[in-house]
Amino acid sequence: MKIPYYPGCTLSTTAKPFDTSARAAAVALGFEMEELKQWNCCGAGFPLTPDNIIGLTAPTKVLANARKEGDTVTTLCSVCYNVLKRTNKVVRDDKEKRRIITDFIEEEYDGSLDVLHFFEVLRDKVGFDKVKAAVKRPLTGIKAGAYYGCMLLRPFEDMGIDNCEAPTVFEDLLEAIGCEPVDFPDKIECCGAHMAMGREDIVEKLSGNVMQSAVGRGAEVIVTSCPLCQYNLEKSQPAMAAGTAGYRPVPIVYFTQLLGYALGQDETTLGFESNAMDVRPLLKEKGV
Amino acid sequence: MKLEKKEIKSEAMQQLERMTGEEVRDCYQCGNCSGGCPVSFEMEIAPSQVIRFLQLGKLEEVMRANTMWVCVGCLQCYSRCPKSVSAAKLLEGLRQMVLRKGENHKEIEDLPFPFLKNAPQQAIVSGFRKFVS
Repeated sequence: MKIPYYPGCTLSTTAKPFDTSARAAAVALGFEMEELKQWNCCGAGFPLTPDNIIGLTAPTKVLANARKEGDTVTTLCSVCYNVLKRTNKVVRDDKEKRRIITDFIEEEYDGSLDVLHFFEVLRDKVGFDKVKAAVKRPLTGIKAGAYYGCMLLRPFEDMGIDNCEAPTVFEDLLEAIGCEPVDFPDKIECCGAHMAMGREDIVEKLSGNVMQSAVGRGAEVIVTSCPLCQYNLEKSQPAMAAGTAGYRPVPIVYFTQLLGYALGQDETTLGFESNAMDVRPLLKEKGV
Repeated sequence: MKLEKKEIKSEAMQQLERMTGEEVRDCYQCGNCSGGCPVSFEMEIAPSQVIRFLQLGKLEEVMRANTMWVCVGCLQCYSRCPKSVSAAKLLEGLRQMVLRKGENHKEIEDLPFPFLKNAPQQAIVSGFRKFVS
């Protein structure tokens, strides 16, 4: 099975381990992530005002290119997923907007793609049972906090990947690879997102809430599916540790890094060394 | 307070509703949006208060507050609204009213070099979308 794959800007640069670990995990599970021959940035945000058609042109261009390579496209970054899936819906359902966008990008696209997050590929196309069966190094005893953030889930009627108030897809995957998922109240709260641009105080507060909530429930590692969440959480951790009595910093990793490790991948594809806090001592301590 | 119809349905209010597709009268002020908003602690006017001001046609009051610039767009407000009103969309509409005039909220040259060098591309692209015209 080959699945057309849209990496997006950040997975090709600062979040490279997210990309390499996912591609290698796919191979270990018997399929291939085939990078689109041509792609551009999705715009890193779905335009919230419906009259902002120019904001839909970049993602539609991506979708039009993906359609040439199959009827499905998968992505890993929560924001890319949010933008592509919602744009796809607009193009599919709103013929007038589709016409205007088509005129702009000079390409025909009708919204017929199935936009899938890597989670959906693992859950619906591969199956978590098969993931579990392929595990070579079960992460037994690791208490992992699955952090969804916002873009994977909301708005519910457009995304539909899981329940928007009480999702479980992330925990189900972590369970399949042997972890002990830790449920925590802030798992669907925002990390501070684009406030990273100049309002670090807001990011520290929001990311701090998320980490305190996860670590307070016993998480030894926080797992994300968004490079901006990963960056914000990592960057806010020193302030959190300095300002909160009893707070012990934890590694913040991509879910594909843990998945890849569990599938027995070579460490060069996992990129643990690029995380601000190394997860390997924890893995060693747990004997996995 | 005396309310004028021409203020409630001002040109700017009509423009905002046209841009966003939202109908501010639908809101019955339950406060769920402000309750769920992770950034309300920092806002000069909470999301439900923003909508109340808009219902009264007091758009200038909202434009003066920092609320639209600190909204993170996480859509928690909308996902919990029993009337399907999107405070996030209205706030984006207000930002757009400023940005479409060519006024930047942040200047690119003011951003610190370490941020530009180390931040994920996504942070920079998405910040530009929200703050730069």
